[in-house]
Amino acid sequence: MNASTMSTSAVAGRRAGVRRRVGRRVVNGAAVFALLYLFAPIAVIVVFSFNRPAGKFNLVWQHFTLRNWMHPFARKELTQAMMLSLRIAVLAAVIATALGTLVALALTRYRFRGSAAVNLLLVLPLTTPEIVLGASLASLFIQRGVKRGFATILIAHVMFCLSFVALTVKARLRGFDWTMEDAAMDLGAGPIRTFVRITLPLIAPGILAAFLLSFAISIDDFITTLFNAGNRITYPLQIFGASRAELPPQVHVLGTMVLLVGVVFLVGGALVGMKRASRR
Amino acid sequence: MVATTGDAKLSSRAGARAAPWALLSPGALWLILFFIVPIASLARMSLSSKKSRFDFRASFTWQWSNFSDALRAYGGHFVRSFAYAGLATVFALLVGFPLAYVIAFRGGRWKSVLLGLVALPFFTSFLLRTLAWKTLLADDGVLLSAVKGVGLRGPLQAIGIMQDGRVLASPTAVVGGLTYNFLPFMIMPIYVALERIDHRLMDAANDLYANNIAAFRRIIMPLALPGVFAGSLLTFIPASGDFVNDQFLGDANRKMIGTVVQERFIRNLDYPSAAALSFILMTLITVAVLVYARVLGTEDLTG
Repeated sequence: MNASTMSTSAVAGRRAGVRRRVGRRVVNGAAVFALLYLFAPIAVIVVFSFNRPAGKFNLVWQHFTLRNWMHPFARKELTQAMMLSLRIAVLAAVIATALGTLVALALTRYRFRGSAAVNLLLVLPLTTPEIVLGASLASLFIQRGVKRGFATILIAHVMFCLSFVALTVKARLRGFDWTMEDAAMDLGAGPIRTFVRITLPLIAPGILAAFLLSFAISIDDFITTLFNAGNRITYPLQIFGASRAELPPQVHVLGTMVLLVGVVFLVGGALVGMKRASRR
Repeated sequence: MVATTGDAKLSSRAGARAAPWALLSPGALWLILFFIVPIASLARMSLSSKKSRFDFRASFTWQWSNFSDALRAYGGHFVRSFAYAGLATVFALLVGFPLAYVIAFRGGRWKSVLLGLVALPFFTSFLLRTLAWKTLLADDGVLLSAVKGVGLRGPLQAIGIMQDGRVLASPTAVVGGLTYNFLPFMIMPIYVALERIDHRLMDAANDLYANNIAAFRRIIMPLALPGVFAGSLLTFIPASGDFVNDQFLGDANRKMIGTVVQERFIRNLDYPSAAALSFILMTLITVAVLVYARVLGTEDLTG
């Protein structure tokens, strides 16, 4: 009696162990599938930067060639569009990071009436589809007779980046020990000195993350930009136009170059992260 | 900068009350001028009318018929867009949750690498990645050749994933593209929610003889819910207004509402009807979000 119950529980235990192991495999397999799904199109971009397309569209594999990589900047219109996008992204990220950080500081440092409304104001642009953001800004510019171009693209980009910055920095500031500021000031530091020497270094990682996020969002923005670009052509607009008329392989070469910059960042960040993890 | 200190010793009470507003005002003003005011412009535009295509400025005439005309002509497009976006959200959840789970609980020292991999697609253009799907799903492309090679063509046709041996220019391609494009936005918030879970809770559940499924359902799911909520919104909202996947991968006879708005606004310069359609889209999404928040019982959007 006793022995038999023991053996059945042992069998049940083994069965549970098998089930657990199978479940583990299934979940791991699903995760690998997700990674493959994320990377398939990126692999296509890299591979097609080495393609010699037969027609005007670099969409079907023909022959391996290094020619595209020898002349990555051969298409002037592409390079110009990339430069415009870079300029807008840097400017938009700088302005949005400055304004957004101030908003985040105000919301975390002070309790005041109306902060809920400000929070709502920050979230709304993120819960509005881009096509509505683009169409509404363009409506404003059309009604006021504002010519759309560089300035209007910048205005649009700062607008949606600002929300991302404020929310990112705010998350970082949660749990910030504000008494450190008081301590610095009790020791005779002025408010500006306190901010620069104490507060800023502590929130700098959050600000940097917000800046990079803004930069990435701005440089790749397409929908809002399309409505407010006038006759200026950013890199995404150039690709959109190219997808209809002509898609040269240089598009894929430049895309792969930017990706390589990303990989460098990623490897660097990962090395730092792993070192920190192993030290712990 | 001075105002950040907000110290009672330095500033008067009135000054302290003004401090947050001094910090806020540049950013808040930007959002009011370039987000709130434009929405009002959109509303005004949606009630305007143009005498002809070449009449550049629309005049405000309380043209309510813009809305009824838009709904009559494009009601089906709204339904299709929300159906595609809803499907893409469900698929992104199904594909993304396991990856978020593995990174959070089994990532170990590879955690930061895996997270970086999830963010890596952002380093290539959104449009370029969507075009790459066009290559992958082409009629004689890698994926379809493989599908035909292993004899899956028949079954896939039968369940409607493939039509006439094709995937491009079908709802499958559009939903697949939408799922792909917004997948990282689903994975990240779920990861953040799972990461916060105290592993001792799982040990406690196991000690109390909960099997894995019960532990998952009773502990992980409720704690992951805010992440699922945020991820769903970050997928559903942009997906329902997207027109890039639709135009690159879809069928021109079955357009999404984003394509309609883009064509009306940019190609036909028919601002009033495009504005009316945008306004309807925004309203429907707001209602959907509020209902969803009620159902899931999460209202913490602002964090």
